[in-house]
Amino acid sequence: MADTIKADETVDITDVVCPVTFVKAKVALEELDDGQILSIHMNDGEPVQNVPRSIKDEGHQILKLTDNGDGTYDLLVRKVGD
Amino acid sequence: MATYDIAALKKGGFMKQKQKGKFSLRLGIVGGQVTAEQLAAVVEVANRYGHGYVHLTARQGIEIPFIDINQIEEVKAALAKGHIAPGVCGPRVRTITACQGMATCPNGCIDTENLAQELNDRYFGRELPHKFKFGVTGCQNNCLKAEENDLGIKGGLKVDWQEDKCIACGVCVKTCRTNAITLKDGKITIDPAKCNFCGRCAYACPTDAYAYTRGYILTFGGNFGNNIAMGEPIIPFIEDHDKLMAVCDATIRFFAEHAKPSERFAFTLKRVGFDKLAKVVREAYENA
Repeated sequence: MADTIKADETVDITDVVCPVTFVKAKVALEELDDGQILSIHMNDGEPVQNVPRSIKDEGHQILKLTDNGDGTYDLLVRKVGD
Repeated sequence: MATYDIAALKKGGFMKQKQKGKFSLRLGIVGGQVTAEQLAAVVEVANRYGHGYVHLTARQGIEIPFIDINQIEEVKAALAKGHIAPGVCGPRVRTITACQGMATCPNGCIDTENLAQELNDRYFGRELPHKFKFGVTGCQNNCLKAEENDLGIKGGLKVDWQEDKCIACGVCVKTCRTNAITLKDGKITIDPAKCNFCGRCAYACPTDAYAYTRGYILTFGGNFGNNIAMGEPIIPFIEDHDKLMAVCDATIRFFAEHAKPSERFAFTLKRVGFDKLAKVVREAYENA
């Protein structure tokens, strides 16, 4: 079932480093409406260790983390609140 | 000029300077927390009795240099108005240092502020064979460098995975820095031999699928001066506050009983054997 979740928007944060990784993801989430889903493409290492936690602390709902097998991950997040 | 007792002044936090009759006044600060009111009193004293500046010490202290020996009582009175007093130096329990801990830090696992205050109330200034330093840090990030203290206290979380809440997203697996967590067929396994109680899994979990207990990780016999020694653990994780205090009591008592005058804890432990302390600490832990 989880595989059927479809993202409304995607953002690639593999081209930036901490703390801009989170900032870029946060800005992308700002653009969405409450309940919409964002897919965040991120690198292994610090981004995947820290960005999900930061998104959680902002109050959004994390749905799934997918290992792409190429050193990148996709995090599916449902926006909570406007 | 009046004669004065350097040892007595040191006990009161007055550090003798190269400059005759001048002292650098160390203030009593707990866990690095200073109120604005206290700071105002410090500014007043530094301007009026010192040279208009302060020195921030390595262990979260404030010293006001160039206090004249003849003005010590006036200085103490001026500080008392701002509810701040001289600290200590010499052979006794020193400033209790602490990071900000869980009161403000997202990573904090324990209430370092209150623990530092409690340790201060219990031990600060206690006479011992040599200096004795406590340091309290809120988590494995170790901003307060627990292991360099005679007794270092580090906060941690003992976690327990709750299957019914888990969405098998895998965030915890990636968040864990010790690779203690594996996710297979929707089930999480935690390797207790690898878990360092950092709590990152619990804090990062999107669905709060980790129940946790806060606790303390203690290290004994660290120092970071002429000699450098890293404090060593005895009990992996102490959950109970009373047991923590019993272990601290037993450690201080051990130092008082076994150390030679002017011998730091690390050297005492080397001389009498770390195992001897370990036995005492375990007994205190079991019996509390």
